[in-house]
Order: sequence, then structure tokens, then C-alpha cells
Amino acid sequence: MGKLFRLFFKRSNWALPYVIFLVIFVVLPLLLVILYAFQDAEGNFTLQNFVHFVNQPEVTHTFVYSVIIAVITTAICLLLGYPAAYIMSRMQSKSAVIVIMLFILPMWINMLIRTMATVTLFDFMQMPLGQGALIFGMVYNYLPFMIYPIYNTLQKMDHSLIEAAQDLGATPRQVFSRVIFPLSMPGVVSGIMMVLLPTISTFALAEMLTLNKIRLFGTIIQENINNTMWNYGAALSLIMLVIIGLTSIFTYRDKHDDINDAGLI
Amino acid sequence: MIGKIFSRGYLLLLLAMLYAPIVVIAVFSFTEAKVLGNWTGFSTGIYESLFSGKNVLIMRSIENTLIIAVAAAAIATLLGTIAAIGIYNMRHRQRRIISFVNNIPMLNPDIITGVSLFILFVFMGVTQGYTTVTLAHVTFCTPYVVLSVMPRLMQMNPNIYEAALDLGATPFQALRRVIMPEIRSGMISGFILSFTLSIDDFAVTYFTKGSIGLETISTQIYADSRKGGLSPEWRALSTIIFLAVLLLLLIINYRSMKHTHAKHSAVRSK
Repeated sequence: MGKLFRLFFKRSNWALPYVIFLVIFVVLPLLLVILYAFQDAEGNFTLQNFVHFVNQPEVTHTFVYSVIIAVITTAICLLLGYPAAYIMSRMQSKSAVIVIMLFILPMWINMLIRTMATVTLFDFMQMPLGQGALIFGMVYNYLPFMIYPIYNTLQKMDHSLIEAAQDLGATPRQVFSRVIFPLSMPGVVSGIMMVLLPTISTFALAEMLTLNKIRLFGTIIQENINNTMWNYGAALSLIMLVIIGLTSIFTYRDKHDDINDAGLI
Repeated sequence: MIGKIFSRGYLLLLLAMLYAPIVVIAVFSFTEAKVLGNWTGFSTGIYESLFSGKNVLIMRSIENTLIIAVAAAAIATLLGTIAAIGIYNMRHRQRRIISFVNNIPMLNPDIITGVSLFILFVFMGVTQGYTTVTLAHVTFCTPYVVLSVMPRLMQMNPNIYEAALDLGATPFQALRRVIMPEIRSGMISGFILSFTLSIDDFAVTYFTKGSIGLETISTQIYADSRKGGLSPEWRALSTIIFLAVLLLLLIINYRSMKHTHAKHSAVRSK
């Protein structure tokens, strides 16, 4: 009993419940996805799921299409969001806080409700639902995720660097392209990640905004899981996971810094 | 000056785009037409029918959403806070490993979290329902609790806990009287964040809700829109949710402004 007591009061052991939880609900599920992806319905090892993926032009086509749509959405968000973040970073801090609040506020509303609102807006303006509505809806949903990190880095930027560049004779354009933009890259990168990752994997948005006319990769995963094609669904999830993992590796450095900021390491 | 007007105009335009759909919904929640865009005269009929609870599906989905959000946020806050204290007292290497795994649910797209948990529950042969949805929500909420409690622990003077022990407090008392007050704000923001994440979730809920007919607001909207035609009550509900969120954010912001203001004046008076 005394030993148990001491074990309990060693505070580094307090993380134990959470460690067990993480193993069961985070690590094990991902391992199971990998296991299921390499099995057939009877549980034998197979590569059939991946062969199936490559041999189905419809699925590979959807995959490429989803990535393209996600990249277009991210690019539009960046083009629209960067100037907004830049303008806000130049505002007086009091009004900037209000504007940033206004941008974040819609994010607190359920995404399905926001998407429903987008659908009704298109109906109201008598515009057809389809690819255009899909991209608008995704930009509408994820634009704040782009603005916020960029605004943060711009805001924290050391203004004496800008002044130094000006003193050394840089034109306003040079100041932006040589000083401000490079320094805001961490914000741009995390903004891109925060928009790209969810847009690649979305499925409900696409179904609602295109009346099921356009299917994204997420839709196909969902259909397979729903139709008890678990192994194929797991294989498709694994493919998505690999793509996302590869994208994350490029930006790992920055994530690492974010974590440092949050003080976990 | 022109630049200023131009930049203000640009921000206004973006905000107009963000708010247009919500405004359309709010305006048309005051008319009874089934199809949106038909104005059949001002009426509060939709609100009356929402509050009368005639639409059982909507009422039940609101109830489920709130129950699951409160349960998941409470469990996540408890689990995450205890974990944060533990991680804080760990050695560097262990910390790194845990923080890496802690990041996975935050970086994983919803659909991957959903599918992987679905496969876990299938593998374990668990019937999916309230419990599995709540556990799934705890999975993606707890990392945020850990991340909001951790900075508070870092800011804390590590000696005050030892001081409390030296002055004769039991470890429990020291935890309750010394550590808890220091990290309370982190716990509260972790709870609020978890609550909103849980309410907002669609994909993870969708994959873990099973086939017992459990629907939250998100999955119910999805199911309705698949059947074609959302019932008009959703317009009233969305408007109410929007106003509630607006009010909540105003209160939080007002409080934090007062808080920082008080801090600043305290610093100044020193």
C-alpha cells in the first residue's frame, strides 16, 4: 500500500492515464488502419487494396481532382487572406482586435450550418451549385484559418527591421518582398497547412455544395467504410495519411517551433 | 488616405462575404416559406415550431450534441490537466515523445481520426453509440487541454509547491490550494475549447455514432440535406446559435480586456 501511495505521489506518473489513453485511442487505431489496409476481408495479407486503387481510373481521378481542388482553395485563401492579414497588422491594436474577432466569429458556428448557409446563399442568388459553389464554400469556411496565423507573425514582427530596410534605401516594394514577406513565411506555411489538410479530406462539404454531383476522395473513403469495405477504406485512408504526412514533413520545423511556443517541449 | 479607404473597403468586402450566408439565413428565419428565398411575409412561425419541440429530430440532435459536448469536455479537461501536471514533471526525452503523440490527433484530418477510431471499435467488437462518440471526442479534445494547461504550469514558480509541502501541506492540499489556482485559467480555456470543438465536429462523430440512430446537430443536418430539403427550423436554430456565440464571445472578450486592463494598471501602480 505504501509503495502504491508513493507511486501515486510521484507526479511524473500522473501522465500515465493519458499515456495509456493515447496508446489505445491514437496509436493503436493508426496501426489498425495500416494492418487493415494490407489485409483482405478474411484477414490474409494482401496488396490487392492498393492494386485496386491504381487500377480504378475513377478513384485515382477523384484523388487527383481532390488534391487540385484543395490546392486551388488554398491558393485563393492565401491571395485573399494575406492582404487582409497585412492590413490588420497595420491597424491600431484596438480596432485590429475587433476585426480579427469578426473574422473568427463565423468559425465558432458549426461548419455544417455554415455550409448550409452557403447553399442557401447560392439558392437565394439563383446561382447553380457545383464546382464554383464548392470552391466558394471551402474558401468561405477556411479563410479565417489562413488569416489568423499570418496576422500573428506579421504582428509579432520586429518593426525596427522594416525601418532599417527603409533607412538603407529600400523601396516600399523591396521592403515587402525582401523583408516583410520572408519574415512572415512561418505564418504563411502554417496557414497553408491549416487550409490544405482539411480541404483535402473533406466530404460532407462537397456533397452539400454540389448536390452529390462532385465526389471528392473523402466521399469515396466514406462510401467504402459505410458499405463495409473496411479494408479498402483503410487502404484509401492510409494513402491520404501518407500524402498528409509528406506535406507535414516539409513544414515540420515550423510545427516544432509552434510547440516550443506552446511550451510543451 | 486613399490607401486607407481602399484597405478598409477590402476588409469590409471580405467580411461581407463571410457574413452574407449567415445574414440570409437570419433574415429568412422570419418567414415561413419551406423553400428559402420565397418571402411569404414576416412571421415568427419557425421559431414557434422550433420551441414547441414538434420537430423531434432537431430537438433530439440538440440534446445529444450538448450531452456529448459537456461529457467530452469534462473528461478531456480532467484527463488533460492531470496529464499536463505529469508531463511537466517528466524528463526531457519522455516529454518529447508524449508531446509528439499528443500532436497526432491535432494534425490528423478529421476523416482519418474518424476512420481509425471506427476500425478500432470494429476491431474490439464494441457497439457504437454515445460512449464511442464521447470517447472519440475526448481523443481529439484532450491534446488542446494539455496545450492550454501547460503554459500555465511553465509560468508557475516551481518553488511554491515545495514551499507548501515544507509548510506542512499534504500533496493533495498543495495541489488543490497552490497548483490549481495557478492553472485554473488554462483549464477553463481548455474546457471551452473542447466544448466548441465537440459541438463543431462532424466527421469523427459520423464514423463513430454507429447505427443506433444517434444524431448530433452536424450529422442530422447532413442526413437531412442528403434526403434533400432541410426543414425550415434549422434556419431559426442557426440564427439562435449565431447570436449565442456572438454573445459568448463578447462576454469573454470583455472579461479578458478588463483582465489585461487590470494587469496593466497593476503593473503601472507598482
